[in-house]
Amino acid sequence: MGITFRKETFRDDFTFKNSPEHIRRFPFPFHEDSYMYAVNIEPHVVGPKGSVLENLIDVDEHYVAEMQDRALVLAEDPLRCQSLPHMTLAGWDLLELLMEQQALGYPEHFTLTRDGDRWRWINRPLGIDDTFTFGDTSTLPYGPMEYITRQSQGDFCILDQRDGNLWMDAGMVTTQADWSLDFDIGMNFFEWHAPVPLAHEKGIFTRALKFLTNIQQGKPARRLNWTMTINPRLDTSPENYHKWGPDRTTVTPENVGDKVHLRVELQSFWRLPRSNGIVFPIRCYLIKMDELVTQPKWARRLHRVIRDLPDELANYKGLTRYRPTLVEWLSKLDDGSATSPGFGPD
Amino acid sequence: MSTGTTKLDVVVSDVVPVNELVTRFHFRRRDGDLLPTFSGGAHVVVEMRDGDRTRLNPYSLMGSPLDTREYTISVRRDDVGRGGSLFMHRSVKPGLEMVISYPVNLFSLDLRAKKHLMLAGGIGITPFMAQTAQLAGEGGNFELHYTCRTASLGTYADVLRERYDRRIRLYHDDREERIDLDRLLSTQPLGTHLYVCGPAGMINWVRDRAASLGWPSEAVHFEHFAAPQPGLPFDVTLAVTGKTIRVDEQQSLLEAIEAAGVDPPYLCRGGVCGQCETNVISYDGKFIHNDHWLSEEDHRSGCKIMPCVSRFEGRSLVLER
Ligand code: FES
Repeated sequence: MGITFRKETFRDDFTFKNSPEHIRRFPFPFHEDSYMYAVNIEPHVVGPKGSVLENLIDVDEHYVAEMQDRALVLAEDPLRCQSLPHMTLAGWDLLELLMEQQALGYPEHFTLTRDGDRWRWINRPLGIDDTFTFGDTSTLPYGPMEYITRQSQGDFCILDQRDGNLWMDAGMVTTQADWSLDFDIGMNFFEWHAPVPLAHEKGIFTRALKFLTNIQQGKPARRLNWTMTINPRLDTSPENYHKWGPDRTTVTPENVGDKVHLRVELQSFWRLPRSNGIVFPIRCYLIKMDELVTQPKWARRLHRVIRDLPDELANYKGLTRYRPTLVEWLSKLDDGSATSPGFGPD
Repeated sequence: MSTGTTKLDVVVSDVVPVNELVTRFHFRRRDGDLLPTFSGGAHVVVEMRDGDRTRLNPYSLMGSPLDTREYTISVRRDDVGRGGSLFMHRSVKPGLEMVISYPVNLFSLDLRAKKHLMLAGGIGITPFMAQTAQLAGEGGNFELHYTCRTASLGTYADVLRERYDRRIRLYHDDREERIDLDRLLSTQPLGTHLYVCGPAGMINWVRDRAASLGWPSEAVHFEHFAAPQPGLPFDVTLAVTGKTIRVDEQQSLLEAIEAAGVDPPYLCRGGVCGQCETNVISYDGKFIHNDHWLSEEDHRSGCKIMPCVSRFEGRSLVLER
């Protein structure tokens, strides 16, 4: 069995696609016909078979291609991966977490064997078979965080907890929606959230911080976030704005279905045991409109959400320019009937 | 179950008297697996089934985080407390099956520190047992000053001296040895972090002196060993469920709420983490706030209470949940 990994690109010729099974497991983020900020945090527990929550760390058909894209980003810009000196222990924590979870969920692809400090890690999709000493950085080709996050889908922010706040002190960030680790590194929770409109007034960040600083070992939490991206680009960083920003002007009524992608981030939050830090994996899922509208419920609902989105939010998410074209295109798929409750397709 | 901490099924593998007041307890996992990794300064909450009453007390893990075959805690007997430590001393024997929480760390090391300066008083030594083991394993720079009443009550002083030699300084009250705190605090290298755990008086003294000598508050870490205090019984109504319950002398408000079948959130059960914060709907009487979480203004306002440590005296009290 196992996953059939796709050969595809997230740049240049953009061959990224979801298989029909992957369309159905897409984490559609709208449970009703409108959207507003909320602290929508819930326990990160295993969900239904066949969903992206079947395992707590999801590996899917895009794994190999995403890891190749990450390597390209890092080759151009090594600052996408940074770790302040006091975060090495947290890096080992993360290495353990990701190896354990990937081996547990996908034994046909990953194997972890431990003999005291001597660990052997086999990653079949990427052709890796390494033996190393846990805790001894000199036995790995990269630092522990970089080593394992070059082999794990999604971005990773590792937060140090001190003075009742969280500090972005390490991370591997190559598939982000317009923010920059190099800019945010060393900042605390309020500093790196400063640009989000509408949310401060609602006291949302204070409550979210209180929740996060109380995250306990053995009890991870999660939330979904979303935005839209033109073309299936994983890397929409501020550093590369000149590459992806102009894409927004290229949306036409003819190419909406192929170019416009819903981008959903499954963010989870884990307490790390040795360092007492928190790791915040941000797993990005992309789906183009043509794929999404194969599920009529999603098509109808997305139409209503995008049409009714407050302007400040549409602006913040960078949709303003192509929103009318998108809404017009989606409106043809909305017959006005009611959508069923919940996220899943009908 | 959902709102507290994740639980571990353990068996008491050893009970070792340490001195006339302190006993050490060893726990292993019932299924024989390793226990979860933890970090120096973490505590677990131990559930004690004492007849029809369940007590939940937090105790610092004192073993090395590098070895998770067993957890160890040390419990100081308190003859005038609410009975948790007496239960541990009298009724917990090897072979007893118990339930403890996953580790929670509210007193963690700041790993940026160039040097860790630790001050312990009495049983406040326990979190430092794990922290020093963790730092020693990583070649960290630390120095521990430990005050106790007498040499025979210097719990683990001998172990620490043997392990770390000159990095440990001992002070005995009966010999009138006292930490020269101002000198100690003013001769530390830049980038030193200060950690203090012990009786409230000691913590306040150290924090005050550090503040007046210009230590930034982010470099000063402390952990209270504050158990809930007994007091006069009182009644409380929980608005959400409409239940009225009695909090008796030896019980904390949080324990009474739990005994009534409500499942409120908590982490530290010592008034420091903020997790159990509850809104007061109405009251006629006076609060005895024992927590370190709410601001003085919150205390004065009468709008909030931390049920894990705080009490009430008066005619009526209605809480949100
Ligand atoms: S449980 Fe931590 S303050 Fe009450």
